[in-house]
Amino acid sequence: MRITSHRPAEAQDFAFSPENLEKAKGYIARYPEGRQASAVLWLLYLAQDQNGGWLSVPAVEYVAKLLDMSPIRVHEVVSFFTMFNTRPVGRHHIQVCRTTTCWLRGSDEITAACLDAAQVSGLGETSADGLFTVSQVECLGACCNAPMFQLNDRDYFEDLTPDSAKAVIEALRRGEAPKAGSQVGRVSSEAYAGSEAPKGSA
Amino acid sequence: MLQDKDRLFLNLHGLQDWRLEGARKRGIWDNTKSLLDLGREKIIETVKESDLRGRGGAGFPTGLKWSFMPKESDGRPAYLVVNADESEPGSCKDREILRNDPHLLIEGCLVAGFAMGANHCLIYIRGEYWQPLVHLEAALEEAREAGLIGPNACGSGWDFDIQVTRGAGAYICGEETAMIESLEGKKGQPRLKPPFPAAMGVYGCPTTVNNVETIAVAPTILRRGAEWWKELGRPKNTGTKIFSISGSVNTPCNVEEEMGIPLKELIEKHAGGVRGGWDNLQAVVPGGSSVPCLPRPICDEVLMDFDSLREVKSGLGTAAVIVIDRSADIIEAINRFSHFYMHESCGQCTPCREGTGWMHRVMSRMVRGEAEIEEIDTLLDVTYQVEGHTICALGDAAAWPIQGLIRHFRPEVEKRIMERKKAQRPAAE
Repeated sequence: MRITSHRPAEAQDFAFSPENLEKAKGYIARYPEGRQASAVLWLLYLAQDQNGGWLSVPAVEYVAKLLDMSPIRVHEVVSFFTMFNTRPVGRHHIQVCRTTTCWLRGSDEITAACLDAAQVSGLGETSADGLFTVSQVECLGACCNAPMFQLNDRDYFEDLTPDSAKAVIEALRRGEAPKAGSQVGRVSSEAYAGSEAPKGSA
Repeated sequence: MLQDKDRLFLNLHGLQDWRLEGARKRGIWDNTKSLLDLGREKIIETVKESDLRGRGGAGFPTGLKWSFMPKESDGRPAYLVVNADESEPGSCKDREILRNDPHLLIEGCLVAGFAMGANHCLIYIRGEYWQPLVHLEAALEEAREAGLIGPNACGSGWDFDIQVTRGAGAYICGEETAMIESLEGKKGQPRLKPPFPAAMGVYGCPTTVNNVETIAVAPTILRRGAEWWKELGRPKNTGTKIFSISGSVNTPCNVEEEMGIPLKELIEKHAGGVRGGWDNLQAVVPGGSSVPCLPRPICDEVLMDFDSLREVKSGLGTAAVIVIDRSADIIEAINRFSHFYMHESCGQCTPCREGTGWMHRVMSRMVRGEAEIEEIDTLLDVTYQVEGHTICALGDAAAWPIQGLIRHFRPEVEKRIMERKKAQRPAAE
């Protein structure tokens, strides 16, 4: 369980942009009439994206109103799930997997390298320039490509070494879009480098 | 070893096209109408006969599960929910199906949904799986455009729609009733059973929740017959299975193999062997973080299927094989699982909410040796107090790894404590 709380009200009013409102309607239409609450996760993602990577109190309550839900029900959902940030994060949120499989392959070293390269003082902190936040998270389900981290709520960077992790962060700092996925050139989770791969699937 | 002709995850590694055109070349969507023409009873009968067991961890007979759905509708619609919230540490097989062969899953959804009388299917995919989500949504769009799903799916006269919901990072939503709660827009806390989902699931309607891999294999079983599937593996542990081999091996990978393959053969053939050789093996967690670890002597012999692993007091789980070599600290390896369960407990039941944190704190002291020998038994006792005393199985899953550690590695834990005591003794003594 995770204890989260919102910052005191400092955030601005929130409303979806016209494009996001259209998308929101599309998500609501996926579910039967009267069951619009089912779209809450989709709408929270949209709101978080529009709000620069985190959910302010007005953003959460805007979603509640749009879905005709009581605000506390949406706050409950936000604090229950780890992918919703209740406080601002850097533009690049680096989330390093820490669970056993990644740890066995050196995730502690990857975390240290990320903190160092991103110039972040500690886990969960944001760099002074606002570019990077580095956190540790639980298993991200890429265990055959360990160690790895996730960037924001999108791309995985896998098969990392401290050096390749640093290289990704440096590329982000330069404003580039580093190639996601395996950093040693695997397509996905096929056995690599001289192993006896089954013919049918390789 | 599994022969290529019996493989059904032909694009597990994404080396071919994952889109509709590529999928058709692999035989997916080949006259799917004829499978539906078999009729509901015949499909369920065939799946029952094949002894297919659920691939999500519990290993429940799939055909039996499908047969729990009402034969006649009482006016409520029925739902098929696909569990794509793969979050078990060590497990990364569904991710490969979702991003590299999404049509295999979609075709399975249609067949399974038809067999259980469901016109609606909801796929709940874990929030972190961005690329798999993009591929799945694109594949669904292709299938809709081609008339493979939607009204009169595949020309069968059966209406079938599939919608995707993106989770947001809670392991517990992989539990079927927590998933149903989350699908309804609530926080994902498991429900008490009964009523079971087949009677009252999503929106109070009859619902069956199945794992991605279970659904993905169904059409092939129907095409090739239950007899073919039963020839693979061992009795009651039939067919093929995707194994995720990770941790201290030379080449971690996902691989499809026959059920019941010896663990040693699996690791040496496909994962390049244990780092430093088989003699460097300390332990294997054979089925994802929830199952107890096995020490080397058992790993020498054991077969990888539900019943063989149950005999050695472990489990097949999701077939996520986590290999731990001698250079790793086994106590810390298990403690990381304890941290995971503390983090992921939904907080609903007291034994789990309080117990997972308590167990993690004691485990952390044991890693450092800051404990008394008697506390090992206290810890073991607490794991039994948590196990079986919660609404869902997360409490059990938090308890089992620690039980496995103490069962097989008690001397290691004791040694750590004694070493610490020795180091602390005043030099003058």
